[in-house]
Parts: sequence; structure tokens; C-alpha cells
Amino acid sequence: MEQAQSGDLTRLAGHELAALLRSGEVSSVEATQAHLDRIAEVDGDVHAFLHVNEAALEQARAIDERRAAGEELHELAGAPVAIKDVLCTVGMPSTAGSRILEGWIPPYDATVVARLGHAGLVALGKTNMDEFAMGSSTEHSAYGPTRNPWDLERIPGGSGGGSAAAVAAFEAPFALGSDTGGSIRQPAAVTGTVGMKPTYGGVSRYGAIALASSLDQVGPVTRTVLDSALIHDVIGGHDPLDSTSLEREWPSFAAAAREGASRGDLAGVRVGVVKELDSEGIAADVQARFQETVRVLTDAGAEVVEVSCPSFAYSVAAYYLILPAEASSNLARFDSVRFGLRVEQAGQTVEDVMAATREVGFGTEVKRRIILGTYALSAGYYDAYYGSAQKVRTLIQRDFDAAFEQADILISPAAPTTAFKLSEKLDDPLAMYVNDITTIPANLAGIPGMGLPMGLGDDGLPVGLQLLAPMFEDERLYRAGAAIEALLAQRWGGILATKAPELAGGAR
Amino acid sequence: MSEITRDDVQHLAGLARIALTDDEVTSLTSELSAIVDAIATVSEIAGPDVPATSHPVPLSNVMRDDVVGETLSAEQIFAGAPSHDGERFRVSAILGEEQ
Repeated sequence: MEQAQSGDLTRLAGHELAALLRSGEVSSVEATQAHLDRIAEVDGDVHAFLHVNEAALEQARAIDERRAAGEELHELAGAPVAIKDVLCTVGMPSTAGSRILEGWIPPYDATVVARLGHAGLVALGKTNMDEFAMGSSTEHSAYGPTRNPWDLERIPGGSGGGSAAAVAAFEAPFALGSDTGGSIRQPAAVTGTVGMKPTYGGVSRYGAIALASSLDQVGPVTRTVLDSALIHDVIGGHDPLDSTSLEREWPSFAAAAREGASRGDLAGVRVGVVKELDSEGIAADVQARFQETVRVLTDAGAEVVEVSCPSFAYSVAAYYLILPAEASSNLARFDSVRFGLRVEQAGQTVEDVMAATREVGFGTEVKRRIILGTYALSAGYYDAYYGSAQKVRTLIQRDFDAAFEQADILISPAAPTTAFKLSEKLDDPLAMYVNDITTIPANLAGIPGMGLPMGLGDDGLPVGLQLLAPMFEDERLYRAGAAIEALLAQRWGGILATKAPELAGGAR
Repeated sequence: MSEITRDDVQHLAGLARIALTDDEVTSLTSELSAIVDAIATVSEIAGPDVPATSHPVPLSNVMRDDVVGETLSAEQIFAGAPSHDGERFRVSAILGEEQ
């Protein structure tokens, strides 16, 4: 890891900052203040945050006092974290990037937020996102787009562009995201950061504002693989408040990441290259970085094989039926009665008020998907669309099962291109949807996936690698991901995130 | 597959309780037609012998013991409501005149 310049706490990896907090060299107030200063300095340009936590310093001071009193604290206690606005937070507005929830303060914390709080992490604020996580660019936020810290004219990915940009711009060492079709992994790819979508059910969805309940999964967003593992260890595990939460014992992902990084090779690891995700539609420079990465893995002892997943060709189509169908049902709760916006005129029935409220409160993409989902679920079309999409889901799971007989992990580019320009795809919803081709299969199958940097494209912007493992084998991704990160960092002289151009507002 | 008309969009928007402007109906009609053409391909490989998957990790009948847990107070619940009387959410008329 790159050594931090003296006093610049924001450049440290999360685990490095946590070590300084544990040893007492740095207080949580100092660490939190450094990140708040960084936010004040650069977030006018980046717009990663929708809300900055006014109580952050107070919470940091409380951690410092507990540490001073000799209390045994979690290894990450006192470290700052940014939270995607899809997660409910007591004391901070939780809007999911939507006008319909503007200013809404939830009455309870999401389980993942509560677990971070119990571990003593300090919430810096809420990060920007595509409205209700519908999008791949963060341009569908009702509160304006987030910009990519590598190039402010480019998108930071989506829907979790705010969390990825916050981490890439050194505004936070840790962040939380949510991944329904790639919303953690694709932003990681285009911002040179690391993001992990856990096995479905591995992390509680309680208090995560639902987009598509059979696809959504909360996960970490960081600059290093170990940092993601540390956060995953905190937020993961069974939650009785989420009926889809898995009752299993998970291994320490941080231990797996540390072991992977220290081993320094991939001897004996069978790595499958998914033929269908390394083909047309992937930009030439992304393909070139991918081929170089495959060579790095081979040189490190990995046994690379090609695997075929023929049903992946139908994954985007299946996803854009299942997601709108589930979303149209989930978003029915925004009915102007119990929370959020109400737009009403005298003499209207409650039904008129609902329709008027949803007209004003929802953005274009949300309306588009709700109406598409309503269509897919309507009588006469249900079997042909939604029913068929569920069958494709089975076929995709079978493709993964067959592939994982030949390989321990699968790899592919995490996104087909580097970050595209703001507005480039905004008027072409289909072009935006097809962009998710690499990440969607993992959500449909429920398996874990990680995005991490694998170099720079011809335009000097980050290119991401995706790792996939079988259901429940999140540990494999941390072990292999940390090994790959270490191998690439040796070539680059440090992790990619530290190579980002300095933001104009961030002159030091 | 099927062509989506303006009437379809207006009907669907009604079912989804979303009022739309004429311009929105126009743009959604053409966008939805293109999107539906693209996603209708799922039926190509969805044979009758393939079972449907609704959920990636099959779990069923996830129950808890029937005991009172921690609950939110009425005050907490109503804090985010657009209108309430302290005990109930307040809404405008449920039924229109024609009903």
C-alpha cells in the first residue's frame, strides 16, 4: 500500500487508518474531521454525498472517550464510513435518490447500519444514487448526478455512483452499496475501486429500501479488497428481521483476504474465463487489459480454462422483466399515505392524490420501469414475459453450476467500457440496460461477485475485473481478489485508486 | 411481439397509479415498444420442461415465534407521515362521487 503523506489521513486504506486508531496515534475525531474536510473541499465538484452527518464528530468523540476509558472496541471502531442513501438511517434523511422521499427520516436503522454503529464506525453521510437504484450512471438521481473523480465529465457508474465516487475521491475509506444488477461492481469498475456483492441472503436487506427483492443485496465499497472484507465481516450474517437472510456460519473474510494477499500466488486455483462475457460488446481496451490480467494470473500459477454460459445471452432480457415486475410491486408502498411526498388538491379522492403524488415524486426512469413491470405482470402477458424470465433464471443457474465444475472462480470484465460521458446514454434506455450485461447473471443466480481494478483504458480511465464464485463461497473471492490485487499492485507500484488525478479542489 | 399503444400506456399508468402528461405517454409508448421487443427474446429458450426460479436461495415458511417483539411507537411511525391525527393516517376521500 502507498505510504500516506504525513497528516493526510484520507489517503490511507481503511485498515491502515483503523490500525492508527487502535494504536492511539490518531483519534476518531481527527480521522472524521479529515474526511469531513475532504468532503467540504471536493464534494462541490464530485457530488457524492446527498447529506453529511452533522452528528459525525460527536459520534467520533464518543468512540474516542470509550477507547480512552480502556473499553475493548471493534478493530474498525472510530473509522468513518459513507452510506448509500437506499439504506434507512435514524437521524439522517433517507431518500433513495427520489423526490418522493425528500427529507424523510426513517424511524429505524437498516440492520447493516446498526451493525456498523455497534462496531463503532462513524457515519459520514448518505451517498447519491440513481433513483431507487434504477440506473447505471447515477444520472437518474432526483438530486443531480455524481461525477467520476477520475474525470468530472464522466459518470461514476450506478446505481451506487455516490459510494464509489466518495471512496475514489478519498472522501471516505469505507462505504456501503447495494447491488441489484451490478450497482456495486460496475461503479467500482469505472472508479478504480473495489466492490463486493455478497451471496444473496448473506447480508441483511432489512431497512434497505427495496428495488427488486429477489435480486437486491447490500455490500461493501472500498479501495482495497481487505477493506471490503473487514466491512463484510461487520455487516454479514443472519438477521431474523430479514426472512431471506441465510442461517449459516460465515468464515472471516478479512482472514481470507489477508491470507490471499500474503500468499502472493494463485497456484492450483482453477480460473474460468466466461466466453460469453469476453466477446463483442466489450471495448477493445477493456479486452486488452483483461487479456493482460489473464496472463498475470497464469504467471502466478492459476490454471485458466474457458467456460461457456450460453444462457447469459438472455440475462439482460430476463433481468429487465424480473426487475421491473418486482419494482412495480415494491414501489406501490409510495402511496402518499404513510411516508414521503403528498401532492393533493381539494376534492380529490385518495386515488387521485396517489396518482398525482407519484407523477410528481417519481422520475422518468422509475415511471418507465413501474409501467414496464405492470405490463409484464398483466394478464395475458404474464407467462410469456415474467414466467419465461423466471425460466431463464433457472438456465443461468445451470450454466453457473456447469462452469463451477470446471473452475473455482470465474472472471470477466466488470463493465464493457470505461466510464462514459454524462448524458451520453441518458436518452437511450436500452443502451443503458445493455451496459449491465457483465454483472446481471450473478444477481439472477444469487452468487457472490466482486469488482476490482485491472488497469487503465486507452482514455486513462479505470477498467474493472469481475470475479465470481459459487453460492456461499464469498471467501474465495476475498482470497483470490486480494492475491490479484497484490500481484497487480506490484506491477503498478501501488493500488490503482492512488493513481487517480488530483481533483482541482483538492490541491494539497 | 405485441405493439404497445398509447391506450395501453394510459391503462398501465392507471393500474400503477401514476398520472402521466401527454408528452410522457408519447415517449413511454415508443420506449416501451422498443424495450419489450428486446426483452421478449426470453421466450426463445424458456421451454416447457424448464422450471421457474423465483428466488435464488430457496427458503420456505420462514417463521418466528409468536411473541411480541420490539415495536415502533405511534409517534415514531407518524413522524414521517404527510398527515395524521396522532392515531391514524389521514387521507382524502376514499370513494369518488360516482361510487
